[in-house]
Amino acid sequence: MTETLVEVDDLKVHFPIKRGVFLDRVVGHVKAVDGVDLRINKGETYGLVGESGCGKSTLGRALLQLTPPTGGRVNFDGTELTTLPPKQLRSMRRRMQMIFQDPMSSLDPRQNVESILTEGLQAHGLGGSRAERRKIISKSLDAVGLPQWALSRYPHEFSGGQRQRIGIARAVVLNPDLIVADEPVSALDVSIQAQVINLLEELQEELGLTYLVIAHDLAVVRHISDTVGVMYLGALVEEAPSDDLYRQPLHPYTRALMSAVPVPDPEVEDRRERILLAGDLPSPANPPSGCRFHTRCPWAQPTKCRDERPGLRIIGTGTHKVACHWAEQIESGEIRPHAVKAEVVADGAGAKEAHGALHNAIESPGGPVI
Amino acid sequence: MSTKTDKIDALGELSAVKQDEHGVSLWTEAFRRVRRNPSALVGMAILVLFVLVAIIGPLLAPYSPTDTMGIREGVIRPGSIPGPSAEHWLGYDHQGRDQFSRLLVGARQTLLVGIVSTLIGLTVGALIGGVAGAAAGLGGRVGRAVDSVLMRIVDMLLALPSLLLAVSIAALLGASLTTVMIAVGVVSVPVFARLLRGAMVAQSGGDYVLAATSLGVKRSRIALTHILPNSLAPVIVQATLTLATAIIEAAALSFLGLGNPDTSTPEWGLMLADAQPYLDGRPGLAIFPAVGIIITALGFTLLGEALREALDPKLRK
Repeated sequence: MTETLVEVDDLKVHFPIKRGVFLDRVVGHVKAVDGVDLRINKGETYGLVGESGCGKSTLGRALLQLTPPTGGRVNFDGTELTTLPPKQLRSMRRRMQMIFQDPMSSLDPRQNVESILTEGLQAHGLGGSRAERRKIISKSLDAVGLPQWALSRYPHEFSGGQRQRIGIARAVVLNPDLIVADEPVSALDVSIQAQVINLLEELQEELGLTYLVIAHDLAVVRHISDTVGVMYLGALVEEAPSDDLYRQPLHPYTRALMSAVPVPDPEVEDRRERILLAGDLPSPANPPSGCRFHTRCPWAQPTKCRDERPGLRIIGTGTHKVACHWAEQIESGEIRPHAVKAEVVADGAGAKEAHGALHNAIESPGGPVI
Repeated sequence: MSTKTDKIDALGELSAVKQDEHGVSLWTEAFRRVRRNPSALVGMAILVLFVLVAIIGPLLAPYSPTDTMGIREGVIRPGSIPGPSAEHWLGYDHQGRDQFSRLLVGARQTLLVGIVSTLIGLTVGALIGGVAGAAAGLGGRVGRAVDSVLMRIVDMLLALPSLLLAVSIAALLGASLTTVMIAVGVVSVPVFARLLRGAMVAQSGGDYVLAATSLGVKRSRIALTHILPNSLAPVIVQATLTLATAIIEAAALSFLGLGNPDTSTPEWGLMLADAQPYLDGRPGLAIFPAVGIIITALGFTLLGEALREALDPKLRK
């Protein structure tokens, strides 16, 4: 029986774009996260993938209330976080921690490791005496595989992988239920990445942690996740158990993502179907109407795609969810891919000027994009 | 368990630092780098000399700085002030006092004015800037309003030419040594306030601040233990540089007659002012205190620049 730990409903984070010299006036919104629903089960790992700028980091921060959401609800183990008074939210933070992408900038350069690890305990009045706290932090140091002499040292004296271990120790020392890991290994050497991923998995087993892992590395996400959500321009386009998603991606965007992963077998690699997306990621300040992906989708249809925003729906019998009007037809081969003209991406405030440019859309070089 | 111990050993070997060595904090590291910088050493040597003279100057002075011996002895006549000689290394001043003794004794008041006025500017400026920076970085809507109000006041101060501001303050409070220190201090307030506020706002966007928030640390504590210490480096550098300009500005106020009314106590700025009518016949009267001011300012500037380099995180390793 799986129990839900985190339940996110229609979460929205819109950042205002301000202009003006004397009085700021809001000229638009960057819709970084625009209506995301997701559930994370206790003890499981939810992987969130998507290209940079799709809002996955903002989603992670909004979930933890580090960036105030514009709308929607976040339910954490029965407690509604979005309406929680600051004081209760602060004490709730013990149960949900974060691991950052850049281990150097997320550690205060003027704090030694002991002070870094003690800070959370102090903030929540845990551990009682100094000696007891020392015991707790040296245990967490052991847990992440750092030597005890690290305590008196400063972040700049460690290597990247070791720093990330400090960041992980800082998160687990509070014995949290949920850890949001925002690109936990993308700043590390490939040789160190595997170590840190394995450490995260070990800790999950030992401490019964629930993870939300945000990454753009598909292999990392596949390895660590039970469920994977694919994000495009502030919304989830597909969500499925990890193996299902990688075996049979249903959304055109996911297909394009997956087809970009090289296969370590030259023969298979040669036969690999590659889907190159035309154009850039549209601006989240001025997202396309209807399906967000229709401007770049090789399977886009004249009906529905432009004017009706697809929601996540279950395809088949399992838990595979896709936000595409034509997922079944694309899968069965009924709809064939076609060439896509790359559109010039306009930002929200300059949308009017850029409208003309849209009509002068550039033909994507090299003919059909498949 | 054995695999974990192996892992620890492996990590110990991987890291370049020796295990028995104690951790090196950023401040210690910065101090090391200052010591290795030749221009910092020159600056420090100048300052040590200056401070020594300021402390024991009166003991070194061969004559009393207020003794108008030249007039008593009749060597001073209108249009003729004797220059350097074996007894009087830098000659007499216009009132027949020994110039060298006055220079030595005057260092004390010059240093006092520089340090006290810089401290006034630093304290008040850091207070305003610190509150504004913390409010802007962490205080949400109310905080931004507090920040706006404080910064507009600072902008008003900044808009006035510094010497004009100092002169107005000195004129308002009446000429005295305290006035000079307050006036010069107030002039440097907006610089410190802006600098600290800017650094704090920049720091509050840092990941480690977000990390502290996600740990559940209180906002006031984050501001004091994380943001403030990481924002101090530019302020410290500015303080050493301000010390140099403060001495020059204090000299300017003395020159304009807004300094210490007790003109018998020597002070470099005042000596410069007194020398003005005699620039033609005896330029030495102006040159010696001016050179003293310039060398001292140079010392502070060299040290300040070296500190800036040592504390700059971008230059680290």
